[in-house]
Amino acid sequence: MDNLIIGGVELKSRLFIGTGKFSSNAIVPRVIESCDTQIVTMAVRRVDLSSKEENILEYIPKECILLPNTSGARTAEEAVRIARLARALGCGNWVKIEVISDNKYLLPDNQETIKATEILTKEGFIVLPYMSPDLMSAKRLVEAGAAAVMPLGAPIGTNRGIRTKELVQILIDEIPVPIIVDAGIGRPSEAAEAMEMGAAAVLVNTAIATSNDPVRMAEAFALSVKAGRLAYNAKLGLESNLAAASSPLTGFLHEGDK
Amino acid sequence: MSFYDYYSEYKGIDFNNFFNQTKEVDILRVLNNDKISKYDFLTLLSPKAEKYIEEMAQKSHKLSLQHFGKTILLYTPLYLSNYCVNKCAYCSYNIENKIKRKTLSLEEIELEAKAIASTGLRHILVLTGESSKDAPVSYIIDAVDVLKKYFDSISIEIYPLSTEEYIKLIEAGVDGLTIYQEVYDEKIYDKLHIAGPKKNYKFRLDAPERACIANMRSINIGALLGLDDWRKCAFFTALHADYLQNKYPHMEVSVSVPRIRPHVGSFNNVNVALDKNLLQTILALRIFLPYVGITLSTREPQSFRDNLIPLGITKMSAGVSTEVGGHSSTSSGDSQFEISDKRTVEEIKQAILAKNYQPIFKDWMSL
Repeated sequence: MDNLIIGGVELKSRLFIGTGKFSSNAIVPRVIESCDTQIVTMAVRRVDLSSKEENILEYIPKECILLPNTSGARTAEEAVRIARLARALGCGNWVKIEVISDNKYLLPDNQETIKATEILTKEGFIVLPYMSPDLMSAKRLVEAGAAAVMPLGAPIGTNRGIRTKELVQILIDEIPVPIIVDAGIGRPSEAAEAMEMGAAAVLVNTAIATSNDPVRMAEAFALSVKAGRLAYNAKLGLESNLAAASSPLTGFLHEGDK
Repeated sequence: MSFYDYYSEYKGIDFNNFFNQTKEVDILRVLNNDKISKYDFLTLLSPKAEKYIEEMAQKSHKLSLQHFGKTILLYTPLYLSNYCVNKCAYCSYNIENKIKRKTLSLEEIELEAKAIASTGLRHILVLTGESSKDAPVSYIIDAVDVLKKYFDSISIEIYPLSTEEYIKLIEAGVDGLTIYQEVYDEKIYDKLHIAGPKKNYKFRLDAPERACIANMRSINIGALLGLDDWRKCAFFTALHADYLQNKYPHMEVSVSVPRIRPHVGSFNNVNVALDKNLLQTILALRIFLPYVGITLSTREPQSFRDNLIPLGITKMSAGVSTEVGGHSSTSSGDSQFEISDKRTVEEIKQAILAKNYQPIFKDWMSL
């Protein structure tokens, strides 16, 4: 079996999904069902325990692993507080660290992210940090105890694809924990591309949430993630700049062999 | 460099000349770019850009989806006091206006909070007139202490404060500041703010920046469209937002585009911004500053508000009373202005859902 193991948990699905930006909470369980995901992330800031109808937690099936994220945190300290709050709310031990102090491009602050990861792993959290793909930062995150590393493909919400491809590839090649491409993936073909590169999983939110038919789009992503993973395992054929003609021009050299 | 220095570089722009020289090809060029400049933004505010309102709407919708998804955050204002020492020509709270004045006691604030919280709202905006006697900072702190029990996010829309006072309010539990410059043109500002502390243009202009320095989480600014040419109001509001976002990149910056409403005041020389003008303003703002929030109040009529949902709005007020004590009391103080969209929270929630958007009640919490 080609299952993904994070924090000691074996996962069949390599597609993680986000729950922000949807036109209603009610569609979330249908999206989860159609793509068969096991890991669902949600912003702790949006968890509203005062109303069953508004509480996103009510819409995530119990068999899914909750991946509360620290969206809204601008420093390591805020991320740590949000993570502790998530645990107190009963969201479990997993946390996706997001520390963003740039409201324009929503690019993560790697330094603060490393700090928060250090603190939270010591407190027993399974930490999945969202980061700008930088090799040294990724290594420090691993040293700090990150269970996986989540580099961005392009800024959040842009649907621009894996613009950071070269850097993400280096992380895939060098970092011993699973690399999950998060943010920027706008099309199923780009999710397949990440998986073909050897990413352990992808996290998709905007591309599903803002499509006209999120349920079908989620299914499309699930299929492409599977296809990309299969292709990765089957080993892609070698790429070459030269064509390999089926009737070679130098075939006459071997004519005497016949 | 303060915003005033920055503003001074642009205040001499000959708007009419700029608009006369704007060509249709300029508008198309701007619409084809991903990132646009301040002058490109002004191009989108030009009279000639009106012809391209549909193209602007398409672009604005896409950018809004990308940055904010299909969501609208709901909040409501809570008026604590309508005592005011200022003499502003366009405001019902003007010290000389004979209106029914009231300041809520802490017990009354709690009743208001309960009534509002029962509608499901989790974000609140606290408002007062300007009176250090009737609604001093210490009173606001006490009020916030009560409100914390009922709400996840507390913003204030009160008179401008010093950095130290903003720090005190943040410590008390405030996370957002709304403050409108009302009008950026200094001469008009001076004329309309006849007397009182509000006459100090620069102290008000720098208030959002002082809140940034105090580490407030979010800032909402705006100009009262109608006190001056709406195009100028929109241009300088955006300039101000852009300045704050660039200097304080961690801030959540948003803008409001309030149009002047009927009030008990003397000002009647309104530069009317029509619905199509307000729409053009919102679209141009979204295209220029795609990451900045845009707040729409119940000053606007319900059908217009509903139609604006997919076009760039990120935050709307709901279940509004602009009267002091209007949510729970029968003997409330008079309102600051007349609202237009009088629907309940539930009705607005249903209207947002009908547009295939999600009303958001909670988007932050005290840490």
